[in-house]
Amino acid sequence: MKFGVVVFPGSNCDADTLYAFREVMGQPAVSLWHKDHDLAGVDCVVLPGGFSYGDYLRSGAIARFSPLMRDVREFADKGGLVLGICNGFQVLLELGLLPGAMLRNKHLKFLCRPVTLRVENDRTRFTRRARKERLLSIPIAHFDGNYYAPPETLREIEDRGQVAFRYVDADGRATPEANVNGSLNNIAGLVNARGNVLGMMPHPERAAERLLGSEDGRVIFESMISTL
Amino acid sequence: MKVRILVSFKDSVLDPQGQTVKNALHTLGYAAVKDVRQGKVFELDLAGISRAEADRLVPEMAGKVLANPIIEKFTWQIVEE
Repeated sequence: MKFGVVVFPGSNCDADTLYAFREVMGQPAVSLWHKDHDLAGVDCVVLPGGFSYGDYLRSGAIARFSPLMRDVREFADKGGLVLGICNGFQVLLELGLLPGAMLRNKHLKFLCRPVTLRVENDRTRFTRRARKERLLSIPIAHFDGNYYAPPETLREIEDRGQVAFRYVDADGRATPEANVNGSLNNIAGLVNARGNVLGMMPHPERAAERLLGSEDGRVIFESMISTL
Repeated sequence: MKVRILVSFKDSVLDPQGQTVKNALHTLGYAAVKDVRQGKVFELDLAGISRAEADRLVPEMAGKVLANPIIEKFTWQIVEE
């Protein structure tokens, strides 16, 4: 599976993400410049973490108007696989490829630490290699990860099983304490209704090798690769 | 023509920064403060357009870029003709 990692001014996880796909997963991966109109024939587009455009205005608000985002939208509309990690998730929300928006973390702190996630839906193209309710240890690093959606949207997301991951405690319970950033329903990651776009705040590329303290992020990449 | 656009969170959206400012004001003894909502102000200097065009363009720009309509609302006014 050929991966394309989009680079915006201010992206800072693009190199790590390329490394994870190339070196850890052994897949071809290229970087895609946000100003181009060329997806280079990739099978999956990845919007990496970072601070595109310095997070000015709102996280992801400027990046969504980058020329390449029009191609990414068309790619997604045709059923192409799109993964947004952290700032990439925020861009997908601003772009409207995923429902909802991000608010500042509940305690107004930048949070950088491992969290425990529970797999909520194991039938998505991003989670099919993980058993439902499996716990994953993957780090977060963000200021604006407090997921919000209006009540009727939230109901639809839940009813359709679009929640991919929730923040939970070590026992797998979605408690208020485990909800590090204050997200509605402890939502850490969600897919679109069609299931070909995933946004998640935690960084699977930072949990892809034993040396990094966790390999739990690999199951997401393995799931994606297995769908081709 | 100069216009000022005020973007703030919708009433239904929790504003953690406003809450923190409120708590700080309470700590300083300003007990009269019932609530604080924090927002953003944009001043746009517009050239070569009529009042009618501004009426159309300003809400369009505010709704598309300056505010995220899922969580935010905006008001605007002309501050200099």
